[in-house]
Amino acid sequence: METPIIINNLTKKFGDVVAVNDVSVTIEPRTFLTLLGPSGCGKTTLLRCISGLEDPDEGEIYIGDRLIYSHVKGISVPPGQRELGMVFQNYALWPHMTVYKNMTFALEMQKLSKEEMDRRVKQSLEEVKMTGYEGRYPREMSGGQQQRIALARMLAYRPKVFLMDEPLSNLDARLRMDMRTELKRLHHLSDATTIYVTHDQLEAMTMSSNIAVMKEGVIQQMDTPDKVYHYPANLFVADFIGNPKINLLEGWISGQDLVDLGKFNVPAHTYRKTGEVTLAVHPEDICIHPEPVEGGVEFIAYSVLPSGADTTIIAHKGDTELIVKEMGVSKIAMDQKIWLTFNKDAVNLYDKASGKLVTG
Amino acid sequence: MTVASIAPKDNKEKWLARIRRFFRWLTTPHVILSIIMVAVMFYLVIIPLYRMIVTTITVADIDLRALRDAEAGDLTWYHWVRMLTGKIGKLMTYQPLVHSVVVALGATFLALAIGGLMAWLVCRTDIPGRETIHMLAQVPYIMPSWTIAMAWLVLFKNQKSGGTMGLLEFITGAPTPDWLAYGPIPIIVSSGLHYYTFFFLFISAALLSIDSSLEEAGELAGAGRWRIMRKITFPLVIPAIASGFIMTFSKAMGTFGGPNVLGVPIRYYTLSTMLKSNSSIGNYGDAFVTAIVLIVFAMVTVMLNQKLVGTRKSFETIGGRGFMSKKVKLRNFKPIIVAGVVVFQFIIAVLPLVLLIFSSFMLRDGKWTLDNFTLAHWIGRGDIAINSGEPGILRNPKVWLGAWNSIRLSILTALFTALSGIILGYAIVKGRGTRLSKIVEQMSFIPYVIPGIAFGAVYIAMFTKPVGPIPALYGTFALLVLVSVAKHLPFSARSGVSAMLQVGKELEEAAALAGASPWRRFTRIIFPLTSTGFVSGFLLTFISTMRELSLIILLVTPTTAVLASMTMRYIENGNDQQANAVIILLIVLVLIGNFIISRFRGGSLKKGLGM
Repeated sequence: METPIIINNLTKKFGDVVAVNDVSVTIEPRTFLTLLGPSGCGKTTLLRCISGLEDPDEGEIYIGDRLIYSHVKGISVPPGQRELGMVFQNYALWPHMTVYKNMTFALEMQKLSKEEMDRRVKQSLEEVKMTGYEGRYPREMSGGQQQRIALARMLAYRPKVFLMDEPLSNLDARLRMDMRTELKRLHHLSDATTIYVTHDQLEAMTMSSNIAVMKEGVIQQMDTPDKVYHYPANLFVADFIGNPKINLLEGWISGQDLVDLGKFNVPAHTYRKTGEVTLAVHPEDICIHPEPVEGGVEFIAYSVLPSGADTTIIAHKGDTELIVKEMGVSKIAMDQKIWLTFNKDAVNLYDKASGKLVTG
Repeated sequence: MTVASIAPKDNKEKWLARIRRFFRWLTTPHVILSIIMVAVMFYLVIIPLYRMIVTTITVADIDLRALRDAEAGDLTWYHWVRMLTGKIGKLMTYQPLVHSVVVALGATFLALAIGGLMAWLVCRTDIPGRETIHMLAQVPYIMPSWTIAMAWLVLFKNQKSGGTMGLLEFITGAPTPDWLAYGPIPIIVSSGLHYYTFFFLFISAALLSIDSSLEEAGELAGAGRWRIMRKITFPLVIPAIASGFIMTFSKAMGTFGGPNVLGVPIRYYTLSTMLKSNSSIGNYGDAFVTAIVLIVFAMVTVMLNQKLVGTRKSFETIGGRGFMSKKVKLRNFKPIIVAGVVVFQFIIAVLPLVLLIFSSFMLRDGKWTLDNFTLAHWIGRGDIAINSGEPGILRNPKVWLGAWNSIRLSILTALFTALSGIILGYAIVKGRGTRLSKIVEQMSFIPYVIPGIAFGAVYIAMFTKPVGPIPALYGTFALLVLVSVAKHLPFSARSGVSAMLQVGKELEEAAALAGASPWRRFTRIIFPLTSTGFVSGFLLTFISTMRELSLIILLVTPTTAVLASMTMRYIENGNDQQANAVIILLIVLVLIGNFIISRFRGGSLKKGLGM
């Protein structure tokens, strides 16, 4: 069962606000695609258009080879017939039904036999490690348990596509970590294509096979997590991805593979010979030295923030600030002189006017 | 794998697509429900209003004597000119308008003063017995609005204007002065005492929800208690006062019972009693002019009020913590204030009932002695010398019919109101942000600003003649149900919306994704989750319909009479004791209903007012 999803020129407006702007995207079968972006970027709206809970204004959507929405043809298959399952942010478990009833609500409509329903409920509960909770009501369970039941409800339905709208955002940090593991496993074991909406980049990085970063209703970049992290397609993506935040510095290309930042130069690969650029480099791609080294730029350690596994150092040179990450516990003291070198392969340059990647 | 976008081949396909899209929009549950409700409300509210205006500018058979050249059905300004100019205008419109405004304003301010003071005592001082005061404060509102007026008559009536002696005149031997027996002051006091519950509930809710740190901040800034109250507390409860004001004023403008009992005998007419007197002689043209004046005036008041208070001052008063750290200590005044509150609550909650019951046991009106004691008004067999031969109310088939009508009307109204509440709530909440939803919400609000008696008048205009497929409904029981349901629309919309807002939209969406049809979503998800709101809406409408008078007084006939309207008829016939007995019976029914409510869910009248 291979289920790709194809979206052509999808647009959805709310009044004058364009929530999804002419989005075209092909999602390969069995992909775990994460729609990532700040709130209001249109990621949830796009998901809801695919689910059928929202009616788009333009474009078409295919699930498999089935046309489920087309504006020009006036087609919109009702949500219940699109063979997709959804997990909502607040779980949307029906409070007046037991876990069993919650899970069989959809199955009843498929006119499955009692035995088959029991079997599916049992299997799905096993999959989310909630065996024995059939008789509970939602309010008798913790948030994490409700989350698992919401997942089980979707699994029991055996949809071809899993849609998840920030399903982990109401859980505490610990549970979130556990659930990430489980979700990734569930996707791995099933044939379904998953579309996952979140504003948490760590969630996106850890779970997805593909990430689509969105801003103002437009997909800025769709790529593997690795590519999105190391080669952000534009300044917005570069600025959005990474924790601690990526370093952005204004400068100009002053020669072959060299960027002049005013007070110092940084090497970078670029096909351009001249022009104003914004330089982006992740904190871990800057190397910190307590003694002067060749090509090292002198900075002052303004603040040192160890977290155990690594240490974040805020380095100042005049009014230029850089965030640097060093693995382990750093020996650098505050106000100490330090020398920084840059990993040339990891430095990305963006055209100042268009914000597009010009490294290459 | 990619699939090319398929462009439509010709115009025919384009049109087909357009029709499909339109049909899909139309069959969205909230759209179709909105359209149905708009149609229903158009029929129940807009058309009647239109017909009423038309009636005022059309020559009727009754006008032919005055307009010799005209034919029935012609366009005429006769009614407007007659009612708004000259001596008749003064007598039939301007004087009643002034009376209405005086009475409504007086009652509203009295209610505000009492309600505000009581709310402050309960919420902001260390007065004991808070719960009891709170409960008793709701008693006057639970009783029919003209209960106190009728009890007033029992106590203060004098022989000169009322024919027989009231209890006070009987005891003191001196006739009560006319201004105390009838007219504006008795009406103001008796309705003010009824309506103070609104202010009490609104203001105490606001006081309790004010974040006490706002007041503490004032205290830290060095402001005295009085200054804090004036500069901080009072401005924060203004929105509550304003909503209480609109509600009370528009109710008091359209009220019929009190002015009819205490004003009409000395020809102190308000717009509502004038409207009744014109329509009972069949002069609908004139009556409707009065009704329109009343409606316009009530609407202008509501708008003015909203403009004055407006959004600028209606800030969020609900803070993080609702507790009050400090209560004002009453110190030495405590016993006096407590005694005052006890006496006051006794006077308005208990005394009227005692007086009414007392009077219903008196054979001859105005003679308050033991040898005059009788049960004839309750269980008499019907003596031609007593009450023109009408039997005691418990043996009177007319009273039983009235009681049955009251119950029947209340049950049907409550049922349809609760039902329309769910539909309106669903249509408005699911369509939030669309123009259609806004139209539904605004249309459902219209009956709120039309005073009760004028709303009843609107319905005479509509249903005296058949319109389209709908037969003439005047004089039928169905009309009473219709008008009561329509008048409750704002209430049902509000409670429906708040019930629906408590059901997260995801719950229905999850069911839609599971493949449930709209009907199945409604029966399996939405209805079970809103049913408590449905039941409490049902019970509250039941109670309020039971004691409704102004709304239906113009529409009842002897066979459709309800207990409320019967009290008025007995008073008009001079059978005061029977009227008093009937109103006691009505109060008993209402109290039973109220008991059921409180059994059902802690009996909070507050919730019923949509707060």
